[in-house]
Amino acid sequence: MGSRLSITLLSIKLLALAAALTTAAQAQDKTGDVIARGEYLARAGDCTACHTAAEGRLFAGGRPMPTPFGTIYTSNITPDPETGIGKWSADDFYRTMHNGRFPDGGLIYPAMPFASYTKVTRADSDAIFAYLRSIQPVNQKNKPHELRFPYDNRQLILGWRTLFFREGEFKPDPTKSAEWNRGAYLVEGLGHCGMCHSPINALGGTSQSDAFKGGLIPMQNWYAPSLTSNREAGLGDWSIKDITDLLQTGVSARGVVYGPMAEVVHNSLQYLSDEDTKAMAVYLKGISEPSPPPPASSALPTTESSLLISLGKTVYDKNCASCHGTQGEGKPPHWPPLANNQSIEMQSAVNPIRMVLNGGYPPGTKGNPMPYGMPPFAGLLSDNEIAAVVSYIRTAWGNRGTPVSAREANELRSAPLN
Amino acid sequence: MFARDAALAVAIATLATIDGTAAQTANQPPDTMAARVEACTPCHGNKGEGTSDVYFPRLAGKPAGYLYNQLLAFRSGRRKYPPMNYLLEFLPDPYLEAMAEYFASEHPPLPQPAPSEVSKEVLAQGELLATSGDAGRNIPACVSCHGPGLTGMQPGIPGLLGLRAAYVSAQLGAWRYGTRTAKSPDCMQLVAGHLTEADVTAVAAWLATRAAPTNPAPVPKGTYALPFGCGSQPN
Ligand code: HEC
Ligand code: HEC
Ligand code: HEC
Ligand code: HEC
Ligand code: HEC
Repeated sequence: MGSRLSITLLSIKLLALAAALTTAAQAQDKTGDVIARGEYLARAGDCTACHTAAEGRLFAGGRPMPTPFGTIYTSNITPDPETGIGKWSADDFYRTMHNGRFPDGGLIYPAMPFASYTKVTRADSDAIFAYLRSIQPVNQKNKPHELRFPYDNRQLILGWRTLFFREGEFKPDPTKSAEWNRGAYLVEGLGHCGMCHSPINALGGTSQSDAFKGGLIPMQNWYAPSLTSNREAGLGDWSIKDITDLLQTGVSARGVVYGPMAEVVHNSLQYLSDEDTKAMAVYLKGISEPSPPPPASSALPTTESSLLISLGKTVYDKNCASCHGTQGEGKPPHWPPLANNQSIEMQSAVNPIRMVLNGGYPPGTKGNPMPYGMPPFAGLLSDNEIAAVVSYIRTAWGNRGTPVSAREANELRSAPLN
Repeated sequence: MFARDAALAVAIATLATIDGTAAQTANQPPDTMAARVEACTPCHGNKGEGTSDVYFPRLAGKPAGYLYNQLLAFRSGRRKYPPMNYLLEFLPDPYLEAMAEYFASEHPPLPQPAPSEVSKEVLAQGELLATSGDAGRNIPACVSCHGPGLTGMQPGIPGLLGLRAAYVSAQLGAWRYGTRTAKSPDCMQLVAGHLTEADVTAVAAWLATRAAPTNPAPVPKGTYALPFGCGSQPN
């Protein structure tokens, strides 16, 4: 009896969840509404980040994507019949999104995040397609990719697919709330957060079991932290408001976004509705795991690291304290706190070193149209001083990071800035 | 996109009016443009007066329209200097406009001209190009666009005073090699395309020896007619 009831409840819940995902789709089937919804979903999928080139026409493609195997150029996805997707049907488009194949069955490179988009529902795929059909067609031929042998052979994608690609629409988890599931749908599907926030192996793939575990983004030299570990960007002990602030405005009382994550907020997340943002926050908070034990202590000899740290304090008081505060308290959200800031304590010190070398502005968003900035210190501080100040902020005020060496600082001076 | 920029423009206009009188709340950075451009000032100086690095240009007092065009060009990568391309990448148009206005409205004194390292003959050649051009080689006088006092014209033509020779040479070189371009028709590219290495050295050196005029402000739009059209200076 009990189990039958719970099964019934479970299926009711499942139905409700499935409905929650598609109500919007069914309620408004008028063309204009579908197009508007498609535009919103294209924002959530951040199609523009890749399919619009700098100073190029919207969705006309041609943006270079450097990979370890050569350069891939994104495609024209405007409705131009010759050079875009003007001759495609909604089925063709769904096949690309869901299965990573061209209309003729050819294999698409996973630089197009179909491994995430496969989770997108048919109704949402159709809405995006309807929107793309409504924009200005641009006649612009796709640039051929410049991939090295043997990677120029698309048959190799088969191997990648066998290892890393699991086709299938999002399946709601009946034990979780509708809100959690909506968040999961967005994060795992259109948001393609896992494309960066996963360890990337030599093949450029993301394995399912490592999803959201964090990794160094190849070619860009930015570390996308784990979204599950509270020692990295796991959000288990963040308030929902701090998470929604971060995603919607780019700044929060706990920290700010920068580098590739600034792009995600700028092009995509700032446009999401309050409800969808909150759903993502609930889901992200939900997937954080209990923290593993702190990592092994630094590889640097202790005398060297204590010297570094005392030099670091001098550098900090002179160059950083005016904004970040003598105790690392900052003036949040605009001048972020450095004390108890996960993003500088992580095992990987790539991000804080690059932050000091390159400075930065959080993205200008509706919620924060005129962000405050941090100057680049690459030209002002030596490798030793950079290493010292980063070692200091990673270990001062109760922070539990480890010191870094001047060699690490030096290596990141040549990291690409775009 | 337009709706978003319009909303931002309103927010920024509101801020601009309270700027200066800085409503400073406890534990928040000052609500001023000065605090917002602290990321720029180690290279450009606190008021945009420039720094000791000869390649880092002065910004103060240049026409706002000109500065804004440069910020747009750096943001899109059309004008290249990676540290600045990176800083500006995700900043919206109205904010770049506010930054341009801010530096345009600062008026720290122009620097003392530095003693020149080139010969008298070279300086004389530079002066000739700047003030009369060379009709035989299709080079218009620099003053025909940059103004008789070389102070520039609102909204899009910069003055050429207070810039060091190394910076001016680098910019003219960038136009000749196509790594700096301006809005089409790019008149500066036509001009720079006719200059030889020696011309560049001469004119850059002569410009750097000019003393500050009593009024270094760019003249109002339409004060004089340009010899030919420039995309950055709408009629
Ligand atoms: C991370 C970068 C990236 C993002 C984000 C991205 N794409 Fe792509 N997309 C690509 C690349 C690269 C290709 C070309 C792949 C190839 O040639 O195998 C591509 C190809 C395509 C194609 C095939 C077009 C053709 O004729 O070749 C379509 C359709 C497409 N993308 C649609 C989308 C849509 C819709 C979105 C947003 C929901 C999106 N893409 C987001 C990188 C991206
Ligand atoms: C003018 C004010 C200012 C100064 C001076 C300054 N910062 Fe920053 N800092 C900021 C701002 C603003 C951000 C956010 C930048 C972004 O999002 O791109 C930031 C971000 C950071 C971050 C990333 C924080 C996070 O949440 O992930 C680190 C680390 C950092 N600063 C360290 C330093 C160090 C070390 C110094 C001195 C060498 C310094 N800062 C000097 C304003 C400043
Ligand atoms: C293009 C690569 C990329 C994509 C796509 C991406 N991220 Fe990130 N993310 C990063 C990088 C790099 C960082 C580290 C820099 C930082 O902290 O801002 C980061 C940081 C974060 C942080 C930590 C911020 C902090 O202050 O600790 C969160 C939370 C986050 N991302 C969530 C997401 C979510 C949710 C998505 C999907 C909607 C997503 N990211 C998609 C690259 C990416
Ligand atoms: C690391 C040093 C550095 C930082 C930081 C920096 N700039 Fe620059 N800026 C330069 C250099 C160098 C150039 C000249 C680049 C070239 O060769 O074209 C320049 C050029 C400019 C120009 C064009 C000037 C002209 O006369 O053509 C403007 C405008 C400008 N910067 C504004 C800014 C603003 C606003 C910021 C802060 C958001 C900023 N810069 C931050 C170094 C810097
Ligand atoms: C036909 C009009 C015209 C003439 C003639 C002209 N210029 Fe220009 N110049 C411009 C315009 C317009 C700009 C601004 C371009 C932009 O928006 O980037 C400019 C910009 C410049 C700059 C960049 C200033 C900075 O701060 O980066 C330099 C240097 C310069 N001109 C030097 C010269 C010299 C030297 C000559 C004479 C040999 C000359 N120009 C003749 C129109 C002209």
